[in-house]
Amino acid sequence: MDTTRPAGVTRTPTDLTQASRSPGGVGESTSRPDGILKVTGEFAYSSDLWHESMLWGHTLRSPHSHAEILSIDVSTALAEPGVLAVLTHEDLPARVRNYGLEIQDTPALATGRVRHHGEPVALVAADHPETARRAAALIRVEYRELPVVHDESSAIADDAPVLHPGRADHYAPHVAHPNIVHRQPIVRGDVTAARARADVIVTGEYEVGMQDQAFLGPESGLAVPAEDGGVDLYVATQWLHSDRRQIAPVLGLPEEKVRMTLSGVGGAFGGREDLSMQIHACLLALRTRRPVKMVYNRHESFFGHVHRHPATLRYEHGATADGRLTHLSCRIVLDGGAYASASPAVVGNAASLSVGPYVVDAVDIEAVALYTNNPPCGAMRGFGAVQACFAYEAQMDKVAAELGMDPVEFRQRNAMSQGAVMPTGQVVDAPAPVAELLRRVRDMPMPPPRQWESADSVGAAGVDIRALPGGLSNTSHGEGVVRGVGYAVGIKNVGFSEGFDDYSTARVRMEVVGGEAVATVHTAMAEVGQGGVTVHAQIARTELGVARVTILPADTRVGSAGSTSASRQTYVTGGAVRRACEAVREQLLALGRGRFGASHPGWADPGLVLEGGKVTTPAGEVLAPLADVLEDESLEVELEFRPRPTEPFDVRTGQGFGHVQYSFAAHRAVVEVDTELGLVKVVELACAQDVGKAINPQSVVGQIQGGTVQGLGLAVMEEIVVDPVSKVRNPSFTDYLIPTILDTPAIPVDVLELADPHAPYGLRGAGEAPTLSSTPAVVAAIRAATGLALRRVPVRPEHLTGT
Amino acid sequence: MRVNLTVNGRPQQADDVWEGESLLYVLRERLGLPGSKNACEQGECGSCTVRLDDVPVCACLVAAGQAEGRQVVTVEGLADLAHERAGSPAEEAAGGHRAEPAPLSPVQQAFIDAGAVQCGFCTPGLLVAADELIERVPRPGDADIREALSGNLCRCTGYEKILDAVRLAAARTAEPAAAAGAGE
Repeated sequence: MDTTRPAGVTRTPTDLTQASRSPGGVGESTSRPDGILKVTGEFAYSSDLWHESMLWGHTLRSPHSHAEILSIDVSTALAEPGVLAVLTHEDLPARVRNYGLEIQDTPALATGRVRHHGEPVALVAADHPETARRAAALIRVEYRELPVVHDESSAIADDAPVLHPGRADHYAPHVAHPNIVHRQPIVRGDVTAARARADVIVTGEYEVGMQDQAFLGPESGLAVPAEDGGVDLYVATQWLHSDRRQIAPVLGLPEEKVRMTLSGVGGAFGGREDLSMQIHACLLALRTRRPVKMVYNRHESFFGHVHRHPATLRYEHGATADGRLTHLSCRIVLDGGAYASASPAVVGNAASLSVGPYVVDAVDIEAVALYTNNPPCGAMRGFGAVQACFAYEAQMDKVAAELGMDPVEFRQRNAMSQGAVMPTGQVVDAPAPVAELLRRVRDMPMPPPRQWESADSVGAAGVDIRALPGGLSNTSHGEGVVRGVGYAVGIKNVGFSEGFDDYSTARVRMEVVGGEAVATVHTAMAEVGQGGVTVHAQIARTELGVARVTILPADTRVGSAGSTSASRQTYVTGGAVRRACEAVREQLLALGRGRFGASHPGWADPGLVLEGGKVTTPAGEVLAPLADVLEDESLEVELEFRPRPTEPFDVRTGQGFGHVQYSFAAHRAVVEVDTELGLVKVVELACAQDVGKAINPQSVVGQIQGGTVQGLGLAVMEEIVVDPVSKVRNPSFTDYLIPTILDTPAIPVDVLELADPHAPYGLRGAGEAPTLSSTPAVVAAIRAATGLALRRVPVRPEHLTGT
Repeated sequence: MRVNLTVNGRPQQADDVWEGESLLYVLRERLGLPGSKNACEQGECGSCTVRLDDVPVCACLVAAGQAEGRQVVTVEGLADLAHERAGSPAEEAAGGHRAEPAPLSPVQQAFIDAGAVQCGFCTPGLLVAADELIERVPRPGDADIREALSGNLCRCTGYEKILDAVRLAAARTAEPAAAAGAGE
C-alpha cells in the first residue's frame, strides 16, 4: 500500500484498527473504532491539521445581498507585513470559474456581481490568522447595490432582476421564469371527481423557516502544494469525489492532481455536500507554494454553507365522512437562494413525498424552487421531505378534527402499507408499517403529569423549576402550564433518486498479520459521525470471520463511495463492503480447497462458513484456521455496488420509479406550555421507526434520537432570520439557538425490523426519517395544549401569547 | 509575549503570543493540544471547555495572558487526573475496563460504552464538564446532569446517550468493583 504523505504533515487521519473479543458482527452494538481517539482528544479533525511552514487563509465576504462589484483594490492588504497573497476573481487560473453540485452556477470568487450576503469576494493568506483577518479588512471593494428578490412574488415579477441570465441547465426549458430553478408537477387520478365526493374539504397554508445544519466542527482543511504541480487536500466533507470533480476544473488541474483525504468531520447533516473552503485553500496554496490552512469561525460558518430551504406550502385535503381521504392538492414553494446547490433534487423530494405515508388516489401537486438573493439553500437532513411533513401532518390533524375523529385513528385508516402506490405511480414493494408505528408510539406509557413536583431535587416551594417551561430562568412554578399531546408520521426516500447512477466502491483485503487473519477495508465513504466505520468493521467480521479489522482513511485513491447523504451509506457503501467481502471469501475458499480439499471432503460443501477465525462446515466442524489457508497470500478485491436503478420523474406528470427505498418513523410528543409567557417544554418525544435491520442497535437508536432533536429544534427554536433586504440577522450560536440538554426530553425509541428484501441484510436507511415527524408532532402537541392554529415553524413565544 | 502555564501537570511555555490570542488558540496551535475544540469561538457551545485552576471555563473566552501561571486541565489530561484522584493505576480508575492503547478515565470509557460519541466534536468539552460534575456530585440526578452540561452543545446524539454515559461513569466511579462486574 502506498502510504506516502507530503513531508512535514502531522496530525493527519490515521488507520483505525479494532479487535473484537465478541463476534462483533452485524446486529451487535459494537463500539466505534474511532471512539478512543475521539474521547482522548487525539482524533484529527479538519480544523486540527498542522503543517510545517503553513499559512492561514481567510475569506473576504460580501456585506451586501445583491450588488455590482465596481472595483477591488488589494494593494493595501498585500502590503501588510505577514501577508503572502491576496486573490480575487482575476487570479482564477482556469477558464472554468464556477462550480456547483449539479448546475455550475456558483462563482469560486465573485465576478462582477454578488448575489447573496456573505458571498466570497477575495482571499488572503498570511502567517497568522489574525493578520489574514486584518488584511482582508483592508481590501477595498466598491459596490453598487442592486434591488433584491427575496420571495416568490419579487422573484417572478416581470421586471425582477434575473439572478442567472442565459441559463443553459436542463431545467431552464421547463420553468416559466428564469428565477425558478426547477418545477416538478405530479398529477394522478381525477381530483375534480374526487373533490365532488368529499364530505369535508380542509385547506391550510404553512411556513417553514430556514434551518441551519449547525454541525459543530467548522468548515476547515489544509491544502498542501505538491511537487507535481498538484495539491493534497485534507478536508471535512460528505463526498470526496464530488468535491474533486468540482475543484479540479477551477484550479485548471486534472482530477488526479487533486488528491483528497478525509479529515475528521465534526458533523455534516447535509451542510457539507457543497464546497466551502476547498477551492479557496487550494488556490492560496498553489499561489504561495506553501501549505494553507483555513478554519471558519461560527459567524463565518453561517455564511459558509447552504441551509435548509424555507418553504411556503399550500394544501387542500378532502375526505369522506367515514374518514377516507379523497384527494390532495398542494403547491410547495422552496426558497433556493442565490445558487442552485441541491435545489432541483429537493424539489423532486418535496413533490414526490408531499402526500406523506398515506394512500390518496387523486392528487395535483406542484413543487418549485426559486432563485432569490437570500442565502443559498440545499441539503439538510430530511431534504424536502421535512417541509412537506410539517404541512401534511398539520392537515391530517385538521381533517381529523373536522371529521370528529381521533387523529391517530384517522391516520391509520389512510396509512399506506406494502403494495401501496405512490403519487408518482411507484409501487411500494417493501414493508411500510405506517399504522403499526403509530400504534407503537400511541401505546407507550405516558410520562407522569406535573413532574416538577416529583423531580429529583425539589426546592423550597415543592417545585423543581428545571422541569418546567422556562427552566432555570425561574419563570413559572407551574402556574399557567398546560399539557398537550401530538402525533405525526413521515416518509423519507433512501438513496439518490430520479435516475441518478448511485453506486459505491469498496476495496477489501485479507491477509495474515502477526499470525492472525486481518481484514482491511478501504472506501471513500465520509464518516461524519454516523458510524459508517463501525458498520464496515462489523460487516467484515460477519462476512470474513475475523476479529481484527483495519479501516483505512477515506481518500481519492479508491473509487467513489457517493455521498454521506440521503440515509444511503449503510445501504450503498455497506452493500459494497459486503459484496467485496463475499468476493474475498470466495477467493479464500478456493485457496483452501486447493490447499486442503484433497485431504478433507468437507471442503466440497457449498455452504462453508468463515467464523471465529476459522473455516467451518455448516454443521460447525472446523476445517482450517483462516491464517493457515492464507499463509502469506494477500487477497484483495475492489468492486462497485449499485442499488436498483431509478428513473426520472416525468416533467409534466411526475410519474416514474423515482426512489430506491422508503423509510418510515412516527413520533408522539408530550409538551407543557406556559401559556402566559409562550414558553414550551417538550416533556417527552417518543419515536417508533422501522429500520429493516439494525446493523448496530446502539448506533441506530443514536441516529433516531439525534434526528428527533433536530426536528425539535425546528419546531420551537431554530431559524436563520433573513431580513427584507436578504441579510442574515443571527449568524451566531447566541442568536441561532439549537437545543441544549435542558431543552431536550427523554426520547424512548421503539425499533421495528421488517426486512426490505431488496436491501443488504434487509436494512433500511435510518438517519433522516426521525427528523421529519418530530417537528409536526411537537407542534401538534402545542396546538393541543393551546388551541392555536400554529401554521409556521419555528413556533415562537409571541405566536403563543399573541403579543 | 511569552505565556507560562501548567497544562495537564506539565509546565509549558508559549512564545510570540499575540495579545489577542485566546487560551484555546495557544493550546491548539502553539502547544500541540488540539483536543479542546473550536466549534463557535463565542463561548456558546462548550466544545473548548477546560479547567482553569479547577473551574470549568470556555478556553475560547480566556485571553492567553489570563492563564499566566495557572493550572489548566484539558481532555488530554483526563485519564491522568482520574488516575491521580483514584490514587491507583489508571486502568483500575477506568472501572476495570482495560482500554487500548491508553488507559481512559471512567467518564471517557463510559462515553464509548454508552454510545455517547458520534461525530465527537462536542465530546472533549462534555468530558471535561462531566468529569468535573462527578468529582463535585458523585451521584448526580438527571436534572443535575442536565444542568451541569447545559453549556455544552451536541448536534448529533440528542443527548440521551450522553445522559446514559454520565450515569454510567458516576456509578462506576462510586463503585468501581461492582460496575466492572456489570460489564455494560
